[in-house]
Amino acid sequence: MTKKTQPVIELKKVWKTYYMGKVSLDVLKGINLVINKGEFVVIVGPSGSGKSTMMNQVGVLDVPTSGTIYLNDIDISTLSESDLAQLRGKTIGFVFQQFNLIPTLTALENVTLPTIFQNVSEKERLEKAEALLRMVDLGERMNHKPNELSGGQQQRVAIARALVNDPEIILADEPTGNLDSKSGQQVMDFLSKLHSQKHKTIILVTHDLELVRYAQKVVFLKDGEIVRIKHGHGKK
Amino acid sequence: MIIDYFKIPVKEIRRRKLRSWLTLIGIFIGIAAIISLITLGQGLENAIEQQFSALGKDKLFILPKGGFFGMGSSEQLTSDDLEIIQKTSGVKLATGMGYAFARYEFNDLVHYGFISGISTDPEERALVGEAQTWKVGEGRNVRKGDKFKIVLGYEHSQNNIFEKRVELGDKMLIQDREFNVIGFLEKIGSPPDDQAGFIPLEAYEEVFNAKDELGFIIAQTHAGDDPLVVAEDMEKELRDDHRLDEGDEDFEIQTPEQFAEAFGVVLDMVQIVLIGIASIALLVGGIGIMNTMYTAVLQRTREIGIMKAIGARNEHILYLFLVESGLYGFFGGLIGIVLGIGFAKLVELAFVIAVGPAFLSIKIDWMLVIGTLIFSFLIGVLSGVAPARRASKLNPVDSLRYE
Repeated sequence: MTKKTQPVIELKKVWKTYYMGKVSLDVLKGINLVINKGEFVVIVGPSGSGKSTMMNQVGVLDVPTSGTIYLNDIDISTLSESDLAQLRGKTIGFVFQQFNLIPTLTALENVTLPTIFQNVSEKERLEKAEALLRMVDLGERMNHKPNELSGGQQQRVAIARALVNDPEIILADEPTGNLDSKSGQQVMDFLSKLHSQKHKTIILVTHDLELVRYAQKVVFLKDGEIVRIKHGHGKK
Repeated sequence: MIIDYFKIPVKEIRRRKLRSWLTLIGIFIGIAAIISLITLGQGLENAIEQQFSALGKDKLFILPKGGFFGMGSSEQLTSDDLEIIQKTSGVKLATGMGYAFARYEFNDLVHYGFISGISTDPEERALVGEAQTWKVGEGRNVRKGDKFKIVLGYEHSQNNIFEKRVELGDKMLIQDREFNVIGFLEKIGSPPDDQAGFIPLEAYEEVFNAKDELGFIIAQTHAGDDPLVVAEDMEKELRDDHRLDEGDEDFEIQTPEQFAEAFGVVLDMVQIVLIGIASIALLVGGIGIMNTMYTAVLQRTREIGIMKAIGARNEHILYLFLVESGLYGFFGGLIGIVLGIGFAKLVELAFVIAVGPAFLSIKIDWMLVIGTLIFSFLIGVLSGVAPARRASKLNPVDSLRYE
């Protein structure tokens, strides 16, 4: 580990507070976290630990109540909502527990969707999307709609979609949560391969301690605070 | 790039077919109504213009004030008036006509219809025929020396007005006086005209006890004279004779052009009112689109969240929804145009069957079609602005959590 580390996402004293009438609830309490380029990070915690809120902050889907988040050294609070969306689309690929594919679009169209928002040319985006679908073994299912695919297949479409803009970071929120163990294993294999072969930064948010073994860095979250950061080997 | 902003909305529109159709109905009813009204209005205006120009622009019609061809007015014109008109400079020929509602009896059945008393002088008779746009089709016209002879409208020779065809040479009672049927006219196209009868003016005066009472006078001007100038002179002469001030005339002089214009004005007014009503339908249609789009934003909240998460800018979401609502307008407009023109064509067909060809001809005005398509697309876009703005401003985190 002599290689010089380069932070891609940095959270500094991040607080997230939700207000329900007069009651306020601090969900994240002063989080400090650095995620370096090429790292495989697992954020783990029981339900109610603030995991989902954490993932929204790390994925710059939301802005903190206080504190600063840097994405590639850019303070995201300086960006407009739209500019942040576009930067997010270019830098981070999302894989969700619920797959979150657009039901009216085919697998291929779902995969190309993020490129439309980045103004990629038609030819280039089709080439990329087709190559990615073949990579996740769905070359034969390109024109199927999500409801014609199994859960595992849908999640692989989602992985292809996450990769289509060639982002540095893949953020996966309980990606195996809705899958049987075989499909879940397949998904984890893909993520692991993306890390080892394509040198992607992988951030995995889960409650499943089983998945901790993939991590180089494990962040334990409890009651909105990081209770421990453990450095692992990143092996299976 | 732009094509993508059409592909996704088209899929959405097709996904919920029933709702899409219901939304489209709102728009296409309005558009169909407007298109058919405009198209029919144009057709009618052309038809009226043609009819009046067929009369010839050299004709003047002199009527008692307040009546229409002598009906509904206590005033009548007299043979003195006819003489004055004949003497007005620029007048080539003038003829007086009686016009009344009469009791027709034939085959022991009674029918009421219009009847005209016309001159038996060949030249004057020709002028009447020309000005009234009719021709004798079967038998002959009234001529000098005829008295209780009648020429009947086309329908008498065709339809069973009296449960029996009237034949040439048959006898018919008009106001209980016996007339000999000597001819039938060719089809004119309006049922009242085609059921009417024409008798010598002399017989008319006797039967209706209307000596020296003319329903109206037709004058023909010389080719070189401006009918409007002649009409002005004529008006002055008649006014002086009746000892009336300007503005108090008990008669009216009309030219075919004035007729056409008057009809045109009435037609325009009717059209404006009807199109106004149709526009309300369109407004309701627009509100229907707005409602559909608000529902769509709610139903697709999660998808909006997904798109934002994977990099959609607010504008991208805005465009997607605006295009979708615009497409509702566009397709509604397209269906409306087809239905509207179809309806106008049906009316044209009905006219052809009832009146004969070449009265009302419906032409497709491509500028109107293109204009309407753009207009209906814009109505859709406009109706979608508020829902699309709401969609574009949704927060990605909340939207992703939306079930």
